[in-house]
Amino acid sequence: MASTLFGIHGAALELRSQRMGMIAGNIANAATPGYKARDLDFAAALKARMGGADADAAVGGATRYRVPVMPSMDGNTVEMATEQTAFAENAVGYQATLSFLRGRIDTLTRALKGD
Amino acid sequence: MAQPPLTMFDMARRAMSAQLVRMNAASSNLANAGSVAGSEQAAYRPIRAVFAEQLDTASGLSTVRVDAVVRSDAAPIRQHDPDHPLADADGMVWTAPVDENAEMVEMLDASRQYQNLVEALSTAKQLMLETMRMK
Repeated sequence: MASTLFGIHGAALELRSQRMGMIAGNIANAATPGYKARDLDFAAALKARMGGADADAAVGGATRYRVPVMPSMDGNTVEMATEQTAFAENAVGYQATLSFLRGRIDTLTRALKGD
Repeated sequence: MAQPPLTMFDMARRAMSAQLVRMNAASSNLANAGSVAGSEQAAYRPIRAVFAEQLDTASGLSTVRVDAVVRSDAAPIRQHDPDHPLADADGMVWTAPVDENAEMVEMLDASRQYQNLVEALSTAKQLMLETMRMK
């Protein structure tokens, strides 16, 4: 029932949250020597999730290493500008998904109340 | 018992304390800039925090930990100052090899990264609260 009510948005919210953690991890490791920045290929993860894969498999299969614009000498591939824009983009996506979900829930509550 | 999976709050807290260790190391170095010792062994040597990634397999989040705080092996600066009370028989003293510019840059970098973490955490917190308020 829940999956048909929320459709793609339930899975999308879960993946957005996972990606937020991943990018926050990159921001946290901005000064760690040898750290390789990771990101989630959101479209691929969502496709896998909708295709029936569980959340862990979908995230694991769509995690990619970031290709740095200019690699630094200590082997760290975190670039603040990239991470911050990715984080902001993901936050907006999360918010959009939340509004879709809110719309669905409003529809259902209205139907239940019958007014 | 296994450790509970890391939340985003734990992750940011750890990264923030790591940045704080780094900032403390830089300010210790700055405080000791120009301090003088009577022998090469006794001279202050700059300290530096070394970070390492810490991956939490339960949640897939990676945070940072302070792997070690190491002393740099920069040689203290030898100076001839016979009037100094700490000077040895040859009239030599050793000054701490602190590069003030490098330490200032280190401090700025640490504070910027701390700020970044605070910002990311507040965005994440706001989104979490909005998710909770959904009804």
